[in-house]
Amino acid sequence: MRLIICDDSNNVAEWSAKYVMKRINDFKPNENKYFVLGLPTGGTPLGMYKKLIEYYKAGKISFKYVKTFNMDEYVDLPRDHPESYHYYMFNNFFKHIDIDPANVHILDGNAVDLEHECDEFERKMKEAGGVELFIGGIGPDGHIAFNEPGSSLSSRTRVKSLAQDTLEANARFFGNDINKVPKQALTVGVGTVMDAKEVMILITGSHKAFALYKAIEEGINHMWTVSAFQQHKRTLIICDEDATLELRVKTVKYFKALSEVHRKLIEDDGEPIPRRPQKDA
Amino acid sequence: MPESTSGQLKHFHNCQILRDGKILTEDLWVRDGKIIDPEKIFYDEKIESDVKIDCNGCLISPGFIDVQINGGFGIDFSHNVDKVEEGVTNVAKKLLAYGVTSFCPTLVTSPVETYKKILPKIKRTSGGDDGAAILGVHVEGPFLNPLKKGAHPESCIQKFEKGFQSLLDVYGSLENICYITLAPELENAIDVIQELEKRNIKISVGHSASDLKQGEEAVKNGASFITHLFNAMLPFHHRDPGLVGLLASDQIPKEKSIHYGIIADGVHTHPAALRIAHRTNPEGLVLVTDAISALGLQDGVHQLGQFDIEVRESRAYIAETNTLCGSIADMAECVRFFKKSTGCSVVEALEAATLHPARFLGIQSHKGVLNFGAQADFVFLDKNLHVISTWISGHCVHKA
Repeated sequence: MRLIICDDSNNVAEWSAKYVMKRINDFKPNENKYFVLGLPTGGTPLGMYKKLIEYYKAGKISFKYVKTFNMDEYVDLPRDHPESYHYYMFNNFFKHIDIDPANVHILDGNAVDLEHECDEFERKMKEAGGVELFIGGIGPDGHIAFNEPGSSLSSRTRVKSLAQDTLEANARFFGNDINKVPKQALTVGVGTVMDAKEVMILITGSHKAFALYKAIEEGINHMWTVSAFQQHKRTLIICDEDATLELRVKTVKYFKALSEVHRKLIEDDGEPIPRRPQKDA
Repeated sequence: MPESTSGQLKHFHNCQILRDGKILTEDLWVRDGKIIDPEKIFYDEKIESDVKIDCNGCLISPGFIDVQINGGFGIDFSHNVDKVEEGVTNVAKKLLAYGVTSFCPTLVTSPVETYKKILPKIKRTSGGDDGAAILGVHVEGPFLNPLKKGAHPESCIQKFEKGFQSLLDVYGSLENICYITLAPELENAIDVIQELEKRNIKISVGHSASDLKQGEEAVKNGASFITHLFNAMLPFHHRDPGLVGLLASDQIPKEKSIHYGIIADGVHTHPAALRIAHRTNPEGLVLVTDAISALGLQDGVHQLGQFDIEVRESRAYIAETNTLCGSIADMAECVRFFKKSTGCSVVEALEAATLHPARFLGIQSHKGVLNFGAQADFVFLDKNLHVISTWISGHCVHKA
């Protein structure tokens, strides 16, 4: 696992966007070879989307041969509701870029048969050849997508009832009326994300510092579902200084010492799939 | 709309648009003459646009709506009895250059025969390459107060002697009429207003010596507009504010609203009067040109109706005099002048020529706005609010 510590959330946005751009461009996607990208919503990745739009407008990247799969969506929330993830993705990303709408996949929380919707999502992901890069964020309780504390670490895409904590936290988005907060969501499972070839998790802000500590300094635990990625072959965690506040000095220093290596990951002439540099190379 | 573009999905990008009272950096999607929600296209139809139009960073406003215009380009709707259709079509076409996409041809007080000849010939149109849409005729008179006749011929002014029947006797069919300017203090006027409201014809008060109470009574019964505020009405007086007082009346029921037309040509309404109206009641303000046939004509003497008119430095005078004889300002000019003299925002200035007139006519769901489902009538403006191009049903009908 790599931990990339940036100065602030703007740098996290830039770093992650550059990484996505580099991965897609190095992949050289074409009509026979699509790059499959897993995408999150929420406040943390917003800056990354803004940067990617900027790169697209500057002609540095195209999404023509990119397929996307989103992590989650509320159940029974109208699709055009400003809090729906369909709305978020369209307005914060898709409408600004050249992606083919046919290549976009977001779970339909208004589907008649929700279980079937989830199974189909997994099937389509498989059919697309699996996710090349899954991007995620986490909650202060260490949940990834809607895999809240106690979720099975081998879970797949499914209907999930939301914890009271989450409902309360989300009430601010629904006119501070907890009764208006959707009580269920469709979400990819921890296992679904674990299947991706690479996972990139964005963590910013001091309120997520404890979760980052649980994610990397303690053992794998279903009460902090993001910790499962300790076992993933290729995980990148991109965080800002604030998010490191609960980490040991040793941990921070160790990863910061690798910052030169990390910088190469996003350089134009850097290795497409990064490796530690060989001493003699 | 030409046959070939049916079903075509147009995507206007690199622009700012006026929507929901804000100027947004947002693209505009159009299909089959209507503005559509791109999110639905994206998720439901999963298709991309057929045509992408780069707007070069311009501002897109809904097309201007002029609810009071007497003619232009040498044509006077009220005097052009023999070639009505030709005259109206001609004006409709030329108005496109000023960003006007819909208008109400206005007939001033005329002999009874004239109404019978002209009215049936000015039909509503949806607009397009041939010109701006005709929303219906505004008949300004003949049921006016002779004391406030303005430029209307007194000999043709009528009374509601037989109530609503008097009105039918004069106009014949009401089919092509959009709204009527009348003096509310006339006998039987209130009954007439009630009848008109039932028939969904809008009522404007004007050319009137009515006091505020009479004005309020008219509004309670269905009147919803004031014709060219300050002009042809009692001047504002602090003990009886007259029709001007309607702007700040507390007697207007909540469910009713009042709009008022105002000529912002820098000549007919003093900038200070414009500011007073705007600050008192910004939501009701509707810019009208009240333009006469000299609109769009070069400097010089022109024979118009019974008068010789001289155009000098963008003003129309009765020939060889200094007597002003009507507005020749175009709508885009009025928008700019209004903004400059009141210091209002771009949004306020544009809404006074788009949303407000549409709301007065009750067509704001599909005209005067750029909301989803609305008619794709709009105008590209530069940063100084000069017209770059005019579009009707998503189709370019004029380019500067």
